[in-house]
Amino acid sequence: MTASLISQAFKKCIAEGRPALLTYTVAGDPTKKISLDILKVISKNVDIIESGMAFSTPIADGGDIQTSSHRAIEAGINLNETFKIINKFKKTKYPRPIILMGYWNLILQFNENKFIKMCKKSGVSGLIIVDLPHPENRSFARKCKKNNITFVQLLSPTTSYYRMKQIIKDSHNMIYYISQSNTTGGKLKVNPKDILKKYSKIQNLAKGKNCVIGFGITDKNISKFKSANGVVVGSLNSKIITNAIKKKDDPVIKLDKMIKKLKNKII
Amino acid sequence: MIKIKKGIPLIDQHDKHGFWGGKFGGSYIPETLRKPIDDLTIKFEKLRKDKKFLAERDYYYNNWVHKGPTPFIKLENLSNHLGGAQIYAKVVSAARGGAHKIYGAITAAMLCKKMGKRYLVTDTGAGYNGKMFSIAAKHFGLKCKVFMGHKDFLRQKPNVDAMKKNGAEVVPVYTGSQTLVDAVSEVMRYWVANHEKVHLGVGSTVSAMIFVKICGWSTAQISRELKQQIIDEFGEVPKKVKLLNCVGGGSSAYGMWSEFMDYDKRQVSFEGIEAGGPKNSKKHAAPLSNNSKIGVLHGAAQYVCQDKHGQIDKTSSVSAGLDYPGVSPLHCFLKDTGRASYVSKTDEDALKAYKLIRKLENKINPSLEPSHAFARAIEICPKLSRDTVVIINSCGDALKDKHIIKKRLGKY
Repeated sequence: MTASLISQAFKKCIAEGRPALLTYTVAGDPTKKISLDILKVISKNVDIIESGMAFSTPIADGGDIQTSSHRAIEAGINLNETFKIINKFKKTKYPRPIILMGYWNLILQFNENKFIKMCKKSGVSGLIIVDLPHPENRSFARKCKKNNITFVQLLSPTTSYYRMKQIIKDSHNMIYYISQSNTTGGKLKVNPKDILKKYSKIQNLAKGKNCVIGFGITDKNISKFKSANGVVVGSLNSKIITNAIKKKDDPVIKLDKMIKKLKNKII
Repeated sequence: MIKIKKGIPLIDQHDKHGFWGGKFGGSYIPETLRKPIDDLTIKFEKLRKDKKFLAERDYYYNNWVHKGPTPFIKLENLSNHLGGAQIYAKVVSAARGGAHKIYGAITAAMLCKKMGKRYLVTDTGAGYNGKMFSIAAKHFGLKCKVFMGHKDFLRQKPNVDAMKKNGAEVVPVYTGSQTLVDAVSEVMRYWVANHEKVHLGVGSTVSAMIFVKICGWSTAQISRELKQQIIDEFGEVPKKVKLLNCVGGGSSAYGMWSEFMDYDKRQVSFEGIEAGGPKNSKKHAAPLSNNSKIGVLHGAAQYVCQDKHGQIDKTSSVSAGLDYPGVSPLHCFLKDTGRASYVSKTDEDALKAYKLIRKLENKINPSLEPSHAFARAIEICPKLSRDTVVIINSCGDALKDKHIIKKRLGKY
């Protein structure tokens, strides 16, 4: 019953009166081993782990995540290796629920059914597929649900009210709201108050579902989103890894510090 | 077996989800782009039925791009030299700016205005698409930004200079193989962030379904002209016609073939020539002729060069315009239905063909992209009967390749 792990994580955060902290790092970045070490260390402060499936042509990602993806591919990552990392992570001290995030082509080549089977086997709780929008994702999302995997539907500021209702109707227990029209890692150009206004509309439509906000969230603005069910930090992590490599620092230590800081800002 | 329907333009033969043959195309796009793409789709479908819009388009296509149709000429010397088939060229490179990309650029500029936007963005490989967008933008009073892989930025300098001269901003892209594939990724990212103000025109019949349609709708002008020119020349469409066209994304090939779709392929056959890359190298940009698997690239399902994990391959070709790992869903559909066939020619074949054409024919100067198609003509024409008419789309002018040609062949 891995899917409910996501709901349990949100429930715990609600009880503690804070948003869930979700972090995104690319599996295999900068190496398979270090990416696992990163997950092991940061997970004590994280509620749900998003793990990126590195893709060569990520059209919705900004420079930071592109760099991470290319680094991971260079270091030999592929889906089988990604599942191995997750499998190992699930046996560590803080085996938080895992959401795999990426692009459809990798799953298509791996084979949909085999992919879902491997997700179950390695302990994946949810999926975010950036370029498989609604309603085209319906049949795959159904397959996920049957297998107790949460297919996370995405909503953006451009999503119309009518479409929003349709998507929410087909959504599982978690929804992802893209804060602004941008690729990942773009500077937040919208006032957090305006983002939250739109967000609360979604919450009203999606009663009983957990809705997270992502894109452009950093240590500078995360505290403004305390009222959300969850916040996702992604590109910032990629940037920290890149900077650590440049300065010959340990990316594990650097990220651990940053995630602690992020957590403190939302308690 | 999937089939082509008669009497309906190929660009309109997709299902309600935007797939040709049930599996090629679609719109694999981030949620943020759904609304801008829906808006564009509604607008385009409305405008293509609007008489005023069509009249304006026809004015530009029939007068501004070139006074009357672009030339259709017999290559007497080449035909005599090779023996066999009668060889003709549709000299689309005579169009304003020097290539077929001008048609898509005009449509994009017209749509941009109708959408109430002032910024036009696009991708470019050979630099022709970017150049044409810069020309159209300047004419229509729009701002223009062109994304171009850094490798192409360096090797197609004459076109970069032309874009800048027309006032466009050229943005070199440093990721991946620094070629067209990276330029398309980057322009899509740019559009995600700026769709409110910016109109995106994709440079070929690739990307999400609507962009495939808009581009194909534009380049089909080549075919309309060609059909009339064939009838003027021969009195009718001859019994054996072969239409040869290079294929990168596939916009000029679709443009050349669209009006002949309903002919029996024994009468009018289509052959697409992809970039085989350097001789003896595994790097190529020929997903159709090398039987690549179906994958998703830049928002559409298509045959695409990729590794077994689904990572898109880095490609290599002497012709920047063909140097793309994917190909239009329209061509995937044409391949699977058997209506068109596809082969590849190497860099060396294309250069050799260029040399021969320049030696024998002074009326054309084909860029390295159509030189791939000429290489195929040189190979097959001697074996064909004298009553076979082979027509090659000379869709780009070689001026942009002068540095490469000088380097590889010693002189331009």
